[in-house]
Amino acid sequence: MSTVDIAAPDLGPQGVDEQAGIWRRAVDNLKSGNLGVLPVVIGEVLIVAFFSFTATNFFTAGNFVNVILQMAGVTMIAFGVVFVLLIAEIDLSIGYLSGIGALTAAQLQLPDGRNYPGWLAILIAISLVAVIGAAQGTFVAKVGVPAFVVTLAGLLIWQGVILRVLELRGVIIIEEDWINKTATYYFSATASWIIAAVITGAYVLIVLVGIAGQRRAGLALRPWLALAKVAGVAIACFGTIAICTHAVRPAPCAEGTPLTVNCTQSLGLPLAGLLMIIFLVGLTFLAKRTTFGRHVYAVGGNAEAARRAGINVARVRILVFAISGIMAGVGGIILSARLQSVNLNVGGGTLLLDSISAAVIGGVSLFGGRGEVRGALLGSLVIATIANGLNTGGYKTGTIYIVTGAILLFAVTLDTIARRLQQQAGR
Amino acid sequence: MTDTALLEVRGLTKTFGSVQALAEVDFEVLPGEVMALVGDNGAGKSTLIKCVAGIHGYDSGKVLFDGNEVHIHGPKDAARLGIEVVYQDLALCDNLDVVQNMFLGREERDWFFRLKEPIMEQRTAETLSSLAVTTIRSIRQPVASLSGGQRQSVAVAKAVQWNSRLVILDEPTAALGVAQTRQVLELVKRLAEQGLGVVLISHNLHDIFEAATRITVLRLGRDVGVYEREKTTQQEVVHAITAGIPTKVAGVAETGTVVS
Repeated sequence: MSTVDIAAPDLGPQGVDEQAGIWRRAVDNLKSGNLGVLPVVIGEVLIVAFFSFTATNFFTAGNFVNVILQMAGVTMIAFGVVFVLLIAEIDLSIGYLSGIGALTAAQLQLPDGRNYPGWLAILIAISLVAVIGAAQGTFVAKVGVPAFVVTLAGLLIWQGVILRVLELRGVIIIEEDWINKTATYYFSATASWIIAAVITGAYVLIVLVGIAGQRRAGLALRPWLALAKVAGVAIACFGTIAICTHAVRPAPCAEGTPLTVNCTQSLGLPLAGLLMIIFLVGLTFLAKRTTFGRHVYAVGGNAEAARRAGINVARVRILVFAISGIMAGVGGIILSARLQSVNLNVGGGTLLLDSISAAVIGGVSLFGGRGEVRGALLGSLVIATIANGLNTGGYKTGTIYIVTGAILLFAVTLDTIARRLQQQAGR
Repeated sequence: MTDTALLEVRGLTKTFGSVQALAEVDFEVLPGEVMALVGDNGAGKSTLIKCVAGIHGYDSGKVLFDGNEVHIHGPKDAARLGIEVVYQDLALCDNLDVVQNMFLGREERDWFFRLKEPIMEQRTAETLSSLAVTTIRSIRQPVASLSGGQRQSVAVAKAVQWNSRLVILDEPTAALGVAQTRQVLELVKRLAEQGLGVVLISHNLHDIFEAATRITVLRLGRDVGVYEREKTTQQEVVHAITAGIPTKVAGVAETGTVVS
């Protein structure tokens, strides 16, 4: 094609039109069925407000830290679910796959067994579930067996493996520090503030580099949008730390303290919280800034178009199932670290459905191609908040299931309506 | 015709089992012309372009590109030669924006697999403006929010931005309204003006008579004639489509003459 020297047309909103530009983008997104994270954020605010008024001890710093710890495992697994849903597949094996990850790490650290250091046990466990995930993905991508069936078989098989391995012992106690600290370590107040400052600073740097790149290419800049994003991240980081450092837990008293005084020790940011942020940032980078992530979205949007564009669709699918396995393993290890043990119920219960619900409530479409990694974090926050609030308020488990189910139905209905709007838009 | 044909197909034969889809088909496209390919359903239009695009193999015959014989074994071979096909169903990802679709599968990236978004955005803007596609408000909006004509424009722009030399359009106006059809046909003519060879497959003779320079008619897997638009009428072409007699009979060389 010959190059024609025409000045780039005025394709984007610029400068003074900034305000309208953001609105226009939002409208375009809505039209194309991209609701984003707005519904889940509004929902979370309403839920928090509701429990703050109805449940005593809900709106406290200590309980906030509790929610972080309660959601960490499910969030990790849900991060993997996001990728699977993005390519319009499903992975039902993640519950028991997380159990396999936890079981492997627990087995390898046994002092009367292999006695591996915790980091090595974790590494081997994660590698194992990655391979299992990739193997399941190969059945889907290369052989063409529906993912629902492959991973349903996985669900049964891995549950069976867990039952067989724990047949005699019934429970494995985890004494290894590396593993347990993933769910029990708190940073000191100073370290927590430094972490918040580092994250905010890094985000500002990334935004500035992005703006510089856009300016070099002569593209429309959106300084207000960037400023709003930076402010949002800063508030979220420092706000979280402010609450965490106000949380306290009972502690042994110093000598000479009168017996009437309750001795406490101040908590900081839990390590599990930082791990969630690290995976959130890393996986968001993978999904949004790399060719692989772009191909994941393409395969979910139109697999045939992706194939014709020269994308190795089978490879993308296999890698996505491997990611699903890895994140299940990470989540499983954090969950077992909270209990400091692995028992026959590992990976069972509502773990699978909570993880998938978290991604869906967070706005990840079941139809593929639409959704963000952070949706899993927000959806998981909603689920953990409901469970925590209903528990604190003295409601029964049945109520928790009913409410979570209703919210899930609502989220999927929103997604379906959004999808219908998309099909009507612009045709 | 003294120019070397950009694409020349000689005596192409293709069978699917016992069904003969193409029989000794000749076909050529010159640079800078819009060659229309018409025929009834099952005449072999799609099979012919799929052979050229490397999606099907063929049983016998030759494909020449720039006068040299080429063997196209897959879509990648075709792309390397500069042959791009815009399929009827567009092959765009609705959930991705215009820039992302334009660079799908050929993203610009750095050593860390990071996407170079500014460069891709800039190039997309240049490509669209060089094709005078000005109706798209923002190249960062998802393709799902575009109209049919705009989507077709994006699909065509995507095909031509890789220094392609031959663009094959399969029913580009089939699903479009009047104004959008006009928009796409203008785009087709502009491609030819820029020196590309264009193959336009369509059922709509009105569109073809508006955009094409020459018309090849296929009937029952055989080519029944090449007509110059200036010197023919719709009736003549319709007659060829429905009752055309092959200009060549298999096994007998040059049994007919090209009507022109």
